[in-house]
Amino acid sequence: MNEVIVTGAAGNLGRLVVETFHKCWKIIAVDHRPLHGFPPGVETVRADARWRGVEEILRKRSTHAVIHLGLKHNPRHDSGCYRYNVVGAQRLREMAAKYGVSRVVFLSSANIYGPDPENSCLLTEEAPLLGAEHYPEIRDLVAVDNLLQSFCYQTPKTQTIIFRPVHIVGQRVRSAAANYLRLERPWVLTGFDPLVQLIHEEDVVAAVGLALKTEHRGVFNLVGPGVAPLSRVLKVLGRRPRSIPSFVAWPALKGAWHLNTTDFPPPELRHVQYNCVVDGATAEAKLGFKPRYSLVQTIRSVESPKWEPMPVSMLPARIRGWRSAL
Amino acid sequence: MTRRWLKRLGRFAVSEEMWERSACLPQTEVGELGVDPFGFDPRYVPYVGAPLAWMYRKYFRVQAYDVDYVPAEGRVLLVSNHAGQLPFDGLMIGAALVLDRDPPRLVRSMVERWIPRLPWVSTFFLRTGQVVGTPDNCRRLLGREEAILVFPEGIRGISKTFNKRYKLERFGTGFMRLALETQTPIVPVAVVGAEEQAPALFNMKQLARILSMPAFPITPTFPALGPLGLLPLPTRYRIYFGAPLQFEGTGDEQDAMVSGHVETVRSAIAQLLARGLAERTSIFR
Repeated sequence: MNEVIVTGAAGNLGRLVVETFHKCWKIIAVDHRPLHGFPPGVETVRADARWRGVEEILRKRSTHAVIHLGLKHNPRHDSGCYRYNVVGAQRLREMAAKYGVSRVVFLSSANIYGPDPENSCLLTEEAPLLGAEHYPEIRDLVAVDNLLQSFCYQTPKTQTIIFRPVHIVGQRVRSAAANYLRLERPWVLTGFDPLVQLIHEEDVVAAVGLALKTEHRGVFNLVGPGVAPLSRVLKVLGRRPRSIPSFVAWPALKGAWHLNTTDFPPPELRHVQYNCVVDGATAEAKLGFKPRYSLVQTIRSVESPKWEPMPVSMLPARIRGWRSAL
Repeated sequence: MTRRWLKRLGRFAVSEEMWERSACLPQTEVGELGVDPFGFDPRYVPYVGAPLAWMYRKYFRVQAYDVDYVPAEGRVLLVSNHAGQLPFDGLMIGAALVLDRDPPRLVRSMVERWIPRLPWVSTFFLRTGQVVGTPDNCRRLLGREEAILVFPEGIRGISKTFNKRYKLERFGTGFMRLALETQTPIVPVAVVGAEEQAPALFNMKQLARILSMPAFPITPTFPALGPLGLLPLPTRYRIYFGAPLQFEGTGDEQDAMVSGHVETVRSAIAQLLARGLAERTSIFR
């Protein structure tokens, strides 16, 4: 059985990818965080961006693909993330070329296009990546995306596929969009009702599955089923939004961010002000990707049962003791 | 509760004619939550159309000529002169195609790039099918066989002062390259009456720059009367549609050639304007 390395496997989406594909592929789960609670048969490796533990595996065995989900994102303490992510991508390039990995799948984000008043209605994969202009904390994502794009065309032996999904929501993921939609009284900006696109986490995993089989390479926007105005998305969820004028909301959120009383980075406010709608036609035409979940199902997927802590049996040994004592 | 009452009021305000005309419009494919990928919600048409119809029939008392030059279906670019400080000319051209054309046709305008920065206005424009004027948007809409309204004079036209009325400003060439690339016919349109609706004495460019506005016109009523001063004068609009013009090319031609085609369209509009000015006896009648 061919092996597939999944980086960032300890994250919510990484875990979902591993659980979905562990029966069809021999999965090697890689992360710098503790790796626990994976299904039997999944090999786990603790490794950071330098990939020291992983290189040995690549050297000895035949690796079919690397699914790269292992990006660090911490807008509050950004120092170190940039270096970690960009160096990690560079190492991935080097090793994939050196050991002849046949596929590299990278999950970028449609956020790198950035919400902007001058955006066209449907942004294609060729649109400029302007997201970091107002949100410098995602410049590492733009850099990694560009690094792997150049790798895609420089190294024809390795098939590189870069996905740029719209806001991923679902029961598991804790993306900014999913967290925002979970708020009982989310902020909206008075007079603004931008179009939003959402994609279900399982649809993203299905796209990753297609990427492991396809003969195509390149960059693909991943979109869910259609677009919807933000107000209607919130209506489906029965939320009661707080309407705040933009000239109040911006300084208020910036202040709250500096005082450490909110987890929403201020630049994310642009997503509730301006459009960032992308065109997923290329993924549909070339990969045959079609979202399985309807728009209402996708929106409602954030209404998961209340978050529960991980069962004690799945916890690392060193903290298992004090958790069970609680 | 308020929303329910507003809906009832809306139903009461919309005339039978507006309901019928909205029903005759070509169907737009919308998503699960009622909007197309551009944000247009067809359910807004009768409600927005009702006050527009009142403005069209009662306020500006619009007379539309040769509206049947606009084809019933298929892609088409409507290219018009632009004036009046506020874009009532665009609204009235759109209303003419819904109210005076059989069968009615919906037109989408290419709006200025600063419009999405404005609260309420941005949402209103999105829901009524108006899109930001980027080449990509225009190309996509033409690909969907839609009718697109463009004002090649742009901000230069709408903010011109009274002494420059009915003198066409320089036309951009972007619309022509798109028309050539997508093999789209161009219908020239001339609006007579809009140029006198808000006669600007001068444009305070410095103040506009401070306020991040594209222009700050000083008219006899604005800013003296505050927001009330933005109300246009009830001039009579005359809208002239010209015969469709078809140009051959790929859109990659040299500027000189494209400028020649643009000049053809510009002169067609100028001729329609001259006709309109010759035919009218008064600004208000």
